Amino acid sequence: MSETKKFMYINRRPPYGTVYPLEGLEVVLIGAAFEQEVCMAFISDGVFQLKQGQDTTDTGMKNFSPTYRALGDYEVTRLYVERESLEERGLTEADLMPLTWEDEDDDWAEKPSIQIVSRTQLSDLLEEQDVVFNF
Amino acid sequence: MKLAVMVNEGPYTHQASDTAYSFIRAALDAGHEIFRVFFYHDGVHNGTRLTTPPQDDRHIVNRWSELSEAHDLDLVVCVAAAQRRGIVDPDEAKRNGKDSDNIAPGFRISGLGQLIEAGVQADRLLVFGD
Repeated sequence: MSETKKFMYINRRPPYGTVYPLEGLEVVLIGAAFEQEVCMAFISDGVFQLKQGQDTTDTGMKNFSPTYRALGDYEVTRLYVERESLEERGLTEADLMPLTWEDEDDDWAEKPSIQIVSRTQLSDLLEEQDVVFNF
Repeated sequence: MKLAVMVNEGPYTHQASDTAYSFIRAALDAGHEIFRVFFYHDGVHNGTRLTTPPQDDRHIVNRWSELSEAHDLDLVVCVAAAQRRGIVDPDEAKRNGKDSDNIAPGFRISGLGQLIEAGVQADRLLVFGD
């Protein structure tokens, strides 16, 4: 399998309430082994998936938010968060988990994984993709 | 064209499975190749042979099995999603200590790598369901 394609995983739902975000993340982690060009996009209520301080204790649901911190180790280093979606929900970048990855080509410098992009920029990114999953 | 299909909803509640089935039939009739059909999320419920719809309705599961046999379709049910929802083949039943299995003919249980591989190998990946 020598071909490399651009994969985008779009997350548009809140982290709990349905199993789609959790099962979507499982696809991303398995997909990371295939050495494709991977990015994730967080739009609509999907931006809540990256919110800091998630606590599911009273719901009986598994808090899977720590898994997002592992994405950098899986070389999933581009997480695009739509600015308008954040603003519409009264959120700023400071409300999100500080996710990072280590750049081996830059002396393992720690770099932020989250990039805030506009709706227009995201639309352009979407246009570039070969395979799009939507969770 | 080489096509891969992902089905994300179970039978009957949503039309996604019906639409995927109709699409695949039309694609095959038009001479396209179906590389794989991957069932994820509640889509795994398409793969239980214990389904018994009313006799005057379509039998969605049997329809998939028949299409698989007629066209040698690769119908793959995601193992992690299947375990959560109780879709079991004989190997999985033994591994997890279950007293029975329910996988329908023509379906096989495998990992998410099969979905990614389908995305890499196919010219287009089409997703049906939320």
